[in-house]
Amino acid sequence: MLLRHTSEKIQERKALTINPAKTCQPIGAMYAALGIHGCMPHSHGSQGCCSYHRSTLTRHYKEPVMSGTSSFTEGASVFGGQANLVQAIDNLFTIYDPQVIAVHTTCLSETIGDDIPQIVSKAKDSGKVPEGKHVIHCNTPSYVGSHVTGYANMVKAMVTYFAQNSGDKNETINLICGWVEPSDMREIKRLSQMLNTQIILFPDTSNVLDAPQTGKLQFYPKGGTTVDQLTKAGDSKYSIGLGKFSTEDAAKEMDSRCGVPFSVLDVPIGLSATDRFIMEMAKVTGNKIPDEITDERGRLVDMITDMQQYLYGKRVALWGDPDTIIPLTEFLVDLEMKPVYIVSGTPGKYFEKRITEIAGDRVEGLKVKGGSCADMFLMHQWIKNEPVDLLIGNTYGKYIARDEDIPLLRMGFPIMDRVGHSCFPRVGYNGSMRILEGILGCLMDRLDRDAPEESFELVM
Amino acid sequence: MKMTDIDILSDRKRQINKAGTEGLAMECEKHSLAGAVSQRACVFCGSRVVLYPVTDALHLIHGPIGCAAYTWDIRGALSSGPQLHRMSFSTDLREMDVIHGGENKLYKSLIELIDKYNPKAAFVYSTCVVGVIGDDVASVCARVKREKGIPVIAVHSEGFKGSKKDGYKAACDALLNLVGTLPVDTIPRLSVNILGDFNIAGESWIIKNYYEKMGIRVVSTITGDARVKDIMQAHGASLNIVQCSGSMTWLAQQMESNYGIPYIRASYFGIEDTAKALYDVADFFDDPELTDRARKLVRCEVEKVIPQIKRYSEALRGKKAAVYVGGAFKAFSLIKSLRMLNMDTVVVGSQTGNKSDYEVLKAMCNKGTIIVDDANTLELARFILEKDVDLFIGGVKERPIAYKLGVGFCDHNHERKIALAGFEGMVNFSREVFNTVTSPVWKFVPRRQTKKEVYFD
Ligand code: SF4
Ligand code: SF4
Repeated sequence: MLLRHTSEKIQERKALTINPAKTCQPIGAMYAALGIHGCMPHSHGSQGCCSYHRSTLTRHYKEPVMSGTSSFTEGASVFGGQANLVQAIDNLFTIYDPQVIAVHTTCLSETIGDDIPQIVSKAKDSGKVPEGKHVIHCNTPSYVGSHVTGYANMVKAMVTYFAQNSGDKNETINLICGWVEPSDMREIKRLSQMLNTQIILFPDTSNVLDAPQTGKLQFYPKGGTTVDQLTKAGDSKYSIGLGKFSTEDAAKEMDSRCGVPFSVLDVPIGLSATDRFIMEMAKVTGNKIPDEITDERGRLVDMITDMQQYLYGKRVALWGDPDTIIPLTEFLVDLEMKPVYIVSGTPGKYFEKRITEIAGDRVEGLKVKGGSCADMFLMHQWIKNEPVDLLIGNTYGKYIARDEDIPLLRMGFPIMDRVGHSCFPRVGYNGSMRILEGILGCLMDRLDRDAPEESFELVM
Repeated sequence: MKMTDIDILSDRKRQINKAGTEGLAMECEKHSLAGAVSQRACVFCGSRVVLYPVTDALHLIHGPIGCAAYTWDIRGALSSGPQLHRMSFSTDLREMDVIHGGENKLYKSLIELIDKYNPKAAFVYSTCVVGVIGDDVASVCARVKREKGIPVIAVHSEGFKGSKKDGYKAACDALLNLVGTLPVDTIPRLSVNILGDFNIAGESWIIKNYYEKMGIRVVSTITGDARVKDIMQAHGASLNIVQCSGSMTWLAQQMESNYGIPYIRASYFGIEDTAKALYDVADFFDDPELTDRARKLVRCEVEKVIPQIKRYSEALRGKKAAVYVGGAFKAFSLIKSLRMLNMDTVVVGSQTGNKSDYEVLKAMCNKGTIIVDDANTLELARFILEKDVDLFIGGVKERPIAYKLGVGFCDHNHERKIALAGFEGMVNFSREVFNTVTSPVWKFVPRRQTKKEVYFD
């Protein structure tokens, strides 16, 4: 009973966050930066933050995660971190030889107000940035936004620093990818190929954070969007952002810098969101949707209809990042399930509005909260007051799962106690089948476990 | 870029050394070089891990959310009772707080939490931002203490003020606020405090059990499975036994000068060191019966475990290990334990060792052993390849590095799931090392496969 400390009575909290359903900006920036080929993320601040961010990414992806740090000391936090960053840039290029250094700030360097572009240009002027190499940056103060915001900021920086309109437009579609797993990015590429569409996907962590075992420690695995691709993205015909919170800023930036029109969709999780993605791709390219994709969709619908009786009316609590929770909520509603409690620590009004749009009429007693004080503690309190049949979210839900004896399907970030999340996609029709498989597995295991002797059956 | 081509950063040359070479004193206790992919953490991290296992205290992290989120229940420090320490409480500072100061928010949070949970004490950790915006955390704590009547202790742990080791000191200072605040009339002469074990995988229980079997009362365990009340009475013990030297020596020294309690250093990793610790304690009390009980205990335990270890050590003869851990004392014990398993330590390093620690290491190791302070990923990978090791002992960030290179791994940090301390811990350690080093999976790793033609390349 780890969370015996959770009280049933819900009081309005003003100050405090308990058991957060979010974390801080830099880790998102670090993850996004790893989706550039040959990129070394760099944390401008004290070494503690960087160490935590690397550990957490390592625990989730089970891969080595490299990042430089400016190693602030007391001196740097009084006089500014210019000397540290210039030295860091020099050292990183000399020793680790990246194509790109992607600098993000931490709370500390933000608070003292270091001007990163000015420092970087100083490093350039003094010859610390070799020919053909790049330093990009974004600001990631953690007292604003969340890890998702940090991701969005770094994705936007990729556009700001690299995208160019050469005046020679082509038929390529930019897919700006929200925070999903490397396997999901791989799946999005596979679907695009089936749709016969030339794409530039960024960021792209497939083959970076799910690199095969080769017996070598590669600092820069073969995956990642190349600088060349990022540059050329400015010549593309259209951009599709997948996930409003993590990609809209980048899509807008691409439009205003290079005149690439865009739309922002939900991450293609679940039936409806995948439908919209496929339709949009077909619309902007004018390509026909191939039978293989229609078949994949058919298989998903088939599985839903086959298993409908087990899903109907089941109450679900979910938490995590808005870009994945929004389409997931929609999928649950499509399945006739009841996503009753929904929490995301990431601030932003759009979240509550959109969830209410999707589920407000169809889910009685819907409770949704985003931003400040939207945390796992609140979620737990709701559950204590009226329980659910299933939990969907990251590892931190395991306390609630255990205390309340409710099955948990792990999905989101971070997952530190299971594997598979970074290997098997959960986007597209196939990915949705996997979500469904997971949900059914949880619910049916539960039925089996709780069935009295006389109704325990072989066939379900 | 090939790993073997890489030169050591020139600024770091003096932080790397080899056993058996003369001159060139080890440089250590430095800040990580800017731009190095360092494996190190911050002051806050140090305080947090040390204080974390005080199970019936409230731990409130004053700062933006990340610092709290990353330290939410990451250390498997087990509790035999309260679980309050495993909750993650944060003031989650936002932009407005950073501009206007967070004292008010801190005050409100503390009051809310203390009312709700009735903790025995509260620790308030200041993180970097708080240090920069200049909140007067100590005065907020003093006010809440007055109003609520429990110790409310400010932990000065702004990350940038040093490295993890400075955080240990901040934690000790926080603990010193508790020590000596309750009467101690009923504590017998044969009594000790266990300092610097954090009850990862239940290790404090193993150690405590030995002393209790010897007839020694353990007044407090600081901080594995600790209770506030016990810490308040810790000054009643006759002796402090310090395990994690990096973290707890300061507390022991202060208790010596404030309360006249002497301390000894100890390690419970490996048979040799565990036995030595128990004998040293018996010697301290200078009581023949106690010494006799210690001897019996050691004999009985050793007889139990040696045959089990033998099986493993025979299979491990001649295998090579790299050790990279937080504290140097742990490194000493590991080298001895590995020796017992017939293994050679060919690379050894620590994050927080000092000059004399490194001298000891140099003397202990075979000629040619690489000795390193505050290593980075690249160096570690390079050493693994250069020395062609079979085993890497380290923490969370080192694990995937070892695995990528096809090398066995043993966690000797806080992600440990089985106890490695004490006599039974040595059996667990041997089994774990054996399992990973001799695992058949390594033959599927291209770099280490023996029959090349069988596999793809
Ligand atoms: S902000 Fe400071 S205290 Fe927090 S993790 Fe970073 S270095 Fe440590
Ligand atoms: S200081 Fe800021 S950036 Fe660093 S870990 Fe804490 S919240 Fe994150």
